[in-house]
Amino acid sequence: MSNLSRRKLIRTGLAATAGASGLAVAGKLADRFGLIPPDHGSIYGPGETLTYAAQRLLTRHSMAREFTRSQISKPPFQNGEPFQGEAFKRLQAGGFADWQLRVDGMVARPASFSVAELRSYPSRSQITHLACEEGWSYIAEWTGVPLSHVLNVVGILPQAKYVVYFSMEPGWWDSVDMADALHPQTLVTYGMNGTTLPVGHGGPLRLRVPRQLGYKNVKYITRLTVADNLKQFGKGLGSASPESGYAWYAGM
Amino acid sequence: MADPGRHTVTVRITHWITTLCFFALLVTGIEIVISHPRFYWGETGNVMTPSLFVLPIPASRSTVPTGYRYVLPDQNGWSRYLHFQAAWAAVLTGMVYAVFGLFTGHFRRELLPAGTDLSWRPVSRSIVNHLRFKPPGEGEDRSYNVLQRLTYLFVIFVLFPLVIWTGLAMSPAIASAFPFAVTVFGGQQSARTIHFFVSVFLVVFLLVHIAMICLAGFRNRMRAMITGRAGVHKEHA
Repeated sequence: MSNLSRRKLIRTGLAATAGASGLAVAGKLADRFGLIPPDHGSIYGPGETLTYAAQRLLTRHSMAREFTRSQISKPPFQNGEPFQGEAFKRLQAGGFADWQLRVDGMVARPASFSVAELRSYPSRSQITHLACEEGWSYIAEWTGVPLSHVLNVVGILPQAKYVVYFSMEPGWWDSVDMADALHPQTLVTYGMNGTTLPVGHGGPLRLRVPRQLGYKNVKYITRLTVADNLKQFGKGLGSASPESGYAWYAGM
Repeated sequence: MADPGRHTVTVRITHWITTLCFFALLVTGIEIVISHPRFYWGETGNVMTPSLFVLPIPASRSTVPTGYRYVLPDQNGWSRYLHFQAAWAAVLTGMVYAVFGLFTGHFRRELLPAGTDLSWRPVSRSIVNHLRFKPPGEGEDRSYNVLQRLTYLFVIFVLFPLVIWTGLAMSPAIASAFPFAVTVFGGQQSARTIHFFVSVFLVVFLLVHIAMICLAGFRNRMRAMITGRAGVHKEHA
């Protein structure tokens, strides 16, 4: 082995070791600061991690744009037919008076809330953009109670990292990190454009996460679970979306 | 070793990574568009609002009225994952190339046209030569002509930044942090429409780029971009 190639080999080896340990340290740091999405394990993991980490560093406290009343889309586009489940129809016949939102997991005081109880809390109205990953969008006024208020009522434990939310529609669930869960514009909505939230738009309760795409805004929510990791839910990818091939983080 | 070479190793590596990313972005971009082949102007747009134009193709969603009686299979999940991953790879590669281009004088030497070439006479002569399919002249396997320089500069400094910017402007999170990045285009749907047109321009560039390589000598030009050497005859000179 000539001197030159040995030197080259040593240099390459050192560079590779430095690169690998650099990546390992970066990974550890990213994990500590919550910059790694739960669906990072696939071949698209590097891209997803870069997107999520970059946006968490740049947009953690940013506020979704709010629009004027004249910009509200008329009529708002309703994506698909409303849910047709038997139990859902029974509750709908009763004006959703018996609808319950259960909040459990890493909370001090697990509780269940009726729609009327949620309406009695301080409300927030905001005119925001809802964009679907397909490409269409509309602007509407959403009214609800900030999720952070509900979480304060039940008292989240310090180790909480995610809020998982479930629809009454089977197989539809999702989750957000605490940056989005505690964000002032993340609402448990019960009203839209000045009226009760229509069933076609997710009534009686829909979680609005205006800094993410439409599919994170789960309709007909019945349960919120506060968790410190997402491994225990479904396939452990954070939501139903990655299980059907879509990214968990949809801030895009 | 006397041959200074045609393309440096940085140009060659970044060129081929960009090529790979471009194809991934193009295929996945088409798949994403198929789920909603309608375009709008302003902030919002959906099937209940008037469109700017509609691509006459079937859609991968039954909610979009296309006039076709069938719905294509939905490929958006992996297409979106790959689109954004390829975008990251392309942007990081572009950053390496940009730093290299600035600091080694690559932009100044190889891409910036000489001041004397920027008048009407040399530009028109180059246009006429292209229109007559005249083969590249002496020294053109070593250096770019004025039209090539202007085209590459336009692609690198106008089309690439614009396609990245309009792509980012469609992100609800980016829009929340940098609203101006969206409003400068007139809204998120306008950004989507511009993103589409810039992509079309980039595809046109790609087709002309490939056509020119074939006309100028496919084997020589490919060898130059793969090995860095300008041409075989130089090695025996």
